[in-house]
Amino acid sequence: MSGLPHDAYEPKTGIEKWVDSRLPIVGLLYVTLTAPTPKNLNWMWIWGIVLTFCLALQIVTGIILVMHYTPHVDLAFASIEHIMRDVNGGHMIRYAHMNGASLFFVAVYAHIFRGLYYGSYKAPREITWVIGMLIYLLMMGTAFMGYVLPWGQMSFHGTAVITGLFGAVPGVGEALQTWLLGAGAVGQPALNRFFSLHYLLPFVIAGLVIVHIWAFHHTGNNNPTGVEVRKKNLEEVKKDTLPFWPYFVIKDLFALAVILTVFWAVVGFMPNYLGHPDNYIPANALATPAHIVPEWYFLPFYAILRAFTAEVWAVQLVEILTGGIVDAKFFGVLAMFGAIVAMALAPWLDTSSVRSGRYRPMFRMWFAVLVVDFFVLMWVGARPTDFPYDWISLIAATYWFAYFFVILPLLGVIEKPEAQPETIEADFNAHYPGADKSAN
Amino acid sequence: MMKKLLISAALTLGLTSGAMAAGGGEQAITDYEFSFEGPFGTFDRDQLQRGLQVYTEVCSACHGLQYLYFRNLADEGGPAYTGDQARAYAETIQIYDPEIDDYRAATPADKFPENTGAGAPDLTLMAKARAGFHGPAGLGINQIVYGMGGAEYIASLLTHYNGHDEESNGNFLYGNDTFAGGLISMAPPLSDDIVEYADGTPATVEQMAKDVSAFLMWTAEPKMMARKQVGFVGVAFLVLLSVLLYLTNKRLWAPVKGKKLRGDA
Repeated sequence: MSGLPHDAYEPKTGIEKWVDSRLPIVGLLYVTLTAPTPKNLNWMWIWGIVLTFCLALQIVTGIILVMHYTPHVDLAFASIEHIMRDVNGGHMIRYAHMNGASLFFVAVYAHIFRGLYYGSYKAPREITWVIGMLIYLLMMGTAFMGYVLPWGQMSFHGTAVITGLFGAVPGVGEALQTWLLGAGAVGQPALNRFFSLHYLLPFVIAGLVIVHIWAFHHTGNNNPTGVEVRKKNLEEVKKDTLPFWPYFVIKDLFALAVILTVFWAVVGFMPNYLGHPDNYIPANALATPAHIVPEWYFLPFYAILRAFTAEVWAVQLVEILTGGIVDAKFFGVLAMFGAIVAMALAPWLDTSSVRSGRYRPMFRMWFAVLVVDFFVLMWVGARPTDFPYDWISLIAATYWFAYFFVILPLLGVIEKPEAQPETIEADFNAHYPGADKSAN
Repeated sequence: MMKKLLISAALTLGLTSGAMAAGGGEQAITDYEFSFEGPFGTFDRDQLQRGLQVYTEVCSACHGLQYLYFRNLADEGGPAYTGDQARAYAETIQIYDPEIDDYRAATPADKFPENTGAGAPDLTLMAKARAGFHGPAGLGINQIVYGMGGAEYIASLLTHYNGHDEESNGNFLYGNDTFAGGLISMAPPLSDDIVEYADGTPATVEQMAKDVSAFLMWTAEPKMMARKQVGFVGVAFLVLLSVLLYLTNKRLWAPVKGKKLRGDA
């Protein structure tokens, strides 16, 4: 499984030999758990285990919630209250599931920006990266459909807005929206299919997670220097790496425990902080909330969707050039999905031969602006659309695209990178002067 | 905390009456003090019982509590009546039973009646369905400091009638500084001494408003005290686990990093 030379698995006991000659599962677990891992990984490499935990948490709490939930427009809201009031521990399970989605997205954004900074997307890890982006897309779909299930006001009107995005597709938009909803408007067919898919997609995500791990176990982890593990032979590999168990398992578990402390404080003391009060009002097609605001983790891309209005000259130009096919609404939809596609294309847009941002002085500045840009978009996505927010979102959305399509390609040409360490071992020993002497 | 007006209604009305009509965040919310605020706050049992009295004698004329069971009145962490008291209360209320197609006295196993008229919204979840505090500037800091403010919203709504009433299309609307838009169709429901508290607490409008808001916070979040308990135990456990894992990690990596820990030979 691993592309790096590593200790082979030798079945020792009789039962291990019996199993191994029939199904090499113990060997697979052994190779996975002892995978050679760069020993200089910093604390930004802990999010993978947090994400794995989140997926498990959401599946386990979700399965229990489904036992008590009713996907019917007249009964769904009341069945959630049944869970909150009458199911043993139901209120904690539901609040953990609700806030678990938020933890999932905190972790995935940290994980993605880690990858963007340290160049984890670059060759030979493009497939790991693209699969990661697919997982992220599925997460967004799953989270959106999960938010529909309580059938509150935000569930209902949010569904109308989001499926309305597909209605903006020229020509087939209306038919597409009807097909997605299973009806001309948000109702029972939509609730039923979103429930079905909300249950299915996490298992698709789990499958992709296995492929994601498989892929980076084959290439080996990236690391803060971006310098590859020396892999001519086992001795060299051992100088640059440590086995995943126990070194990184314990380290990651420590980080997970700290993060879960914060998470559990939110669940216990302010479980509705990240939610929206309107979703405690049963869905009512006749009363539209004053502000329809998506969950916080959609806000950056929601801001990009709203940024390109019909007043923007570039939007008008595109509308004229396409003969009116791409109008402002469809432009916004394309921009929103394009913002995510831009991230997925990063391996081919970044022309620099240096992998890690640590040794790229100009890149570091532009990347810092991108991080700020992300939070600005998240903030402005929940603000009204009038002045000055229209300008802020337009500038912030433009920077997002400029970063991927202009800055990343140009930097590789004009930037003079700093010196990288020769090896991971050298980097590690420079950081821990005592390590050199005591090595093995 | 001190009673303070977060945003002066008079000021905002004068400056931005147009924005008020658009339903912005300019509503007057008084930061009333409640016993259940903060990570260790608990419901005040006497207050919940007074709040039930206000609900029963005033609010229930138009509003319902459709997700609440009468048996809940005897739950721990709530008004905590005895089972017999909850049963006696239920029996004073007539509910419609579709099985006999007639009204009968309620039992503890029944829910409170639904919305009974005048288009009034159900109140079970009202304290979670409204936010008293926003911002500033969409940053969500006030909600961390003051809480979501659902109970404060309800109490403020009940105490911020301003007398600027209007009639439009035959509907009489009452001026209210808390309600979005400034005009509400609910007549001021409370007046001093409209109820007589069994425990002798003076029944001022403000006292009743706070009591019924606390009661509605409980109907919206009946497991709040259990939840905070689980939260506290969980956090304490996770802090301990974090410390142990930190020490384990430090010990594990020390030889790799060439560090000597105390106790090493």
